[in-house]
Amino acid sequence: MRSARFTAAGGLEATPAPPSRLRALGGRLVLPISAVVAASLAAIPLIYLVVRVAQADGSAIVDALWNARIATLMINTIGLVLAVSSACLVLGVAIAWLLARTDLPGRRPWLVVSSLALAVPSYVAAFGWIATTEVRGFWGAFLVLTLCNVPLVTLPTIAALRLADAASEDVARTLGRTRWRAFLEATWPQIRPASLAGVLLVALYVLSDFGSVALMRYQAFTWAIQVAYESLFDRTLAAVMSVVLAAMGIVLVAAERRMRGAQARMGSTVAARTQPVPVALGRWRWLAHGGLAVVAALSLGVPLGALARYLLLRTETSTAVKTGDLMADALSTVGLAVAGAGAALALALPIGILAARFRSRLATATESASYLGLALPGIVVGLSLVFFSLNVAPMLYQSIWMLAFAYGVLFLPKAVGAVRSSIVQVEPGLEDVARTLGSTPAGVWTRVTARIAWPGIGAGVLLVALTAMKELPATLLLRPTGTETLATSLWRLTSGAAYAAAAPYALVLIAVAAVPALLLTREVAGGKRHPEETL
Amino acid sequence: MSELQVRKIVAGYDSAPVLRGITFTVPHGSLTAVLGPSGSGKSTLLRVIAGLNRPVEGAVVIDGTVLSGPRVHVAPERRRIGLVPQDAALFPHLDVLANVGFGLPRAQRRGRKALDLLEMVGMTDYATRMPGELSGGQRHRVALARALATEPDVVLLDEPFSALDAALRAEVRGQVREVLRRAQTTAVLVTHDQDEALSMADQVAVVDEGRLVQVGTPAEIYAKPASRWLAQFVGGALVLPGTWSDGAVAGPLGVVPANLADGHIAHPGDTVDLVLRPEQLSLSAVGAGGGPGVIAMVCDVAYFGHDAVVTLDLPGCEQPVQARVLGDQQWRPDSEVLVGVRSAGLAFARE
Repeated sequence: MRSARFTAAGGLEATPAPPSRLRALGGRLVLPISAVVAASLAAIPLIYLVVRVAQADGSAIVDALWNARIATLMINTIGLVLAVSSACLVLGVAIAWLLARTDLPGRRPWLVVSSLALAVPSYVAAFGWIATTEVRGFWGAFLVLTLCNVPLVTLPTIAALRLADAASEDVARTLGRTRWRAFLEATWPQIRPASLAGVLLVALYVLSDFGSVALMRYQAFTWAIQVAYESLFDRTLAAVMSVVLAAMGIVLVAAERRMRGAQARMGSTVAARTQPVPVALGRWRWLAHGGLAVVAALSLGVPLGALARYLLLRTETSTAVKTGDLMADALSTVGLAVAGAGAALALALPIGILAARFRSRLATATESASYLGLALPGIVVGLSLVFFSLNVAPMLYQSIWMLAFAYGVLFLPKAVGAVRSSIVQVEPGLEDVARTLGSTPAGVWTRVTARIAWPGIGAGVLLVALTAMKELPATLLLRPTGTETLATSLWRLTSGAAYAAAAPYALVLIAVAAVPALLLTREVAGGKRHPEETL
Repeated sequence: MSELQVRKIVAGYDSAPVLRGITFTVPHGSLTAVLGPSGSGKSTLLRVIAGLNRPVEGAVVIDGTVLSGPRVHVAPERRRIGLVPQDAALFPHLDVLANVGFGLPRAQRRGRKALDLLEMVGMTDYATRMPGELSGGQRHRVALARALATEPDVVLLDEPFSALDAALRAEVRGQVREVLRRAQTTAVLVTHDQDEALSMADQVAVVDEGRLVQVGTPAEIYAKPASRWLAQFVGGALVLPGTWSDGAVAGPLGVVPANLADGHIAHPGDTVDLVLRPEQLSLSAVGAGGGPGVIAMVCDVAYFGHDAVVTLDLPGCEQPVQARVLGDQQWRPDSEVLVGVRSAGLAFARE
């Protein structure tokens, strides 16, 4: 401890102890190094995909691109993304306005009802529509994806409307604008970044959605990738298409981040706010109730109706599910989800701690690497890890470890968010005090920081596990042979038109997905969370 | 025995230096207040002493042992320096007793020693309460007990009372001073509150913009401030221009006896700044034969009960001046008074 003394002459006589200094240096590097390792691991799917495409024969790639009618697929996917995004924007902003700015009776229950759409995984909704109607193809995918994703726009728009200055709309009215023009010119600019960030999330979801387009037999990128992969001859094609899809996803995530930043700056510039006077709907409120009821009926009524029909009436011939199979699938689903949440936590801890405690370029870089999980569609991560395990780590091919790792990458943004926000809440002053009371940095972590942050991190990990339970495309590609999860069984049974057998799976999956959706709805509408966390 | 020396500390975050060479010594068992406006670098100084911030230059020395210095940096957990932060920073997941015992070896954490300290700060009855259930003053007493539990050589207090309301502040100040005296601990208190610094400390070090302005006993700092700025910062002062003639300054208040501030030189006829404390002015009714003085107009009276501050419009003086008088004197706005000076002022030469 006493490593230098003043000599009799009063000069400094330093006696540095190299081993302890080296150890201190090592201690300081542990966190950044592990964060870099975690970020590199999270980047493996993207990097390996690019490597794989770069290694492929150039002419083979060109051939593959021509053969696959890639332009058609591109138009199909982009068309679907644009159509669903626009529909969600219009519907979402309209619903948000009704629920935040009018005197519509029952706004709170309507908010819950309209957010419940998040509790239905899109492929479960697709199952509902297929099982009860003849809708297929573009319109089928459009309907299902729009209805499932509207809350991604509604919730952040409500949050922004609550923060937006309502007085500016009144001023615009006094300056001669109609109600509609006043909304467009005064309020819309204040909520636009939030709504557009929500729309970009919708676009990202549609881009990466596999289950519902496959069930609706709509030729989008994700489905084409799976078909190409299964045909075995076209694996290079699958890789090329995955790279294209990944690039589109990264662009969307970058745009979403910019929008979110713009909204955050907006909020801070608005000074004193007046409580908005709710717009009196008068007789129009019956139309509003009717519109909300139609949306709810389509997004909740159809899937739940299909469930009721097949669970209660049992009119179909007995392709009914065996309870034992359902239990076995549920068990393997839980096991895989827990392993995946563990992987996500392991990757997220160093990145989240670094982001919470150190503002450096390294912290920013490792944190943005974690967002790859949001940008990369599940099918892309799955495919890349199939290639990776076949060529680099054959013993991991189709092992639960590889699937757990895929979940870890896919749900890393959620886990990092939970770790970072939980640790930010631990005051740095507490850590300082603990140091002065004789705790080493490691001791401070175990005795103070981790102890206080643990409940928040644990809740975040639980949400990751619940989300992983409904993951479909990566699970389809990476699950060990013979292992089925709730999601893959539902997909297999629905593809085979065994709707009665699929119904119990759909019910369990809705129950699983409802937990995070309902838990987070209020916080997203209050602006405390981002809508991506409910995905 | 533990004497703390702070020697020529230069420190900062990234490249901008916050402290530009601070030197002072805290004798054993005494309390030094580091006083300065917000943003002056006080808290950084505290972090440097605690070892939470590594200085660029200079040394922190306790009893001849270098804790921070060239090529030396003892980790905060090995310095034996306790810290009581601004917001008390009690560990929210531990009860009061566990907070106090945090720095003790595992076996003693809920033992005799922690209980003794709780008794010392008068919190024995609250041993099993959680920090969220305590009032602000109680939290600070627990934080102090926690810092003292490891028998540190030095205790650092970072604006420990600023979160308390005024009535509670005086009470907790007294309690803290008493506890520190009984424990005979060397202590450094950082504050921007001059009342706190003057009333609690054995020694006051005034810091501004990362530099040490003056070190001395509270009485020295108040009676002989080293600069006009310091005079106005500590205690409030009126600064009047005047002409120096041996031992007196001629100005708007007439000829006032004055001493030159340390290190200042003036020749008769030079223009100087005369610094007076508000309580050095005396007011009396015009025409009552109250001795020498000048006549001024009362602008405003702020009445505090025990005393009152009278704002005066003085002929030949651009800004209004303030006089502090006992509460039993009654002055009405827009009336004339005779202003005199009770005791010698302090004169600063103009550069």
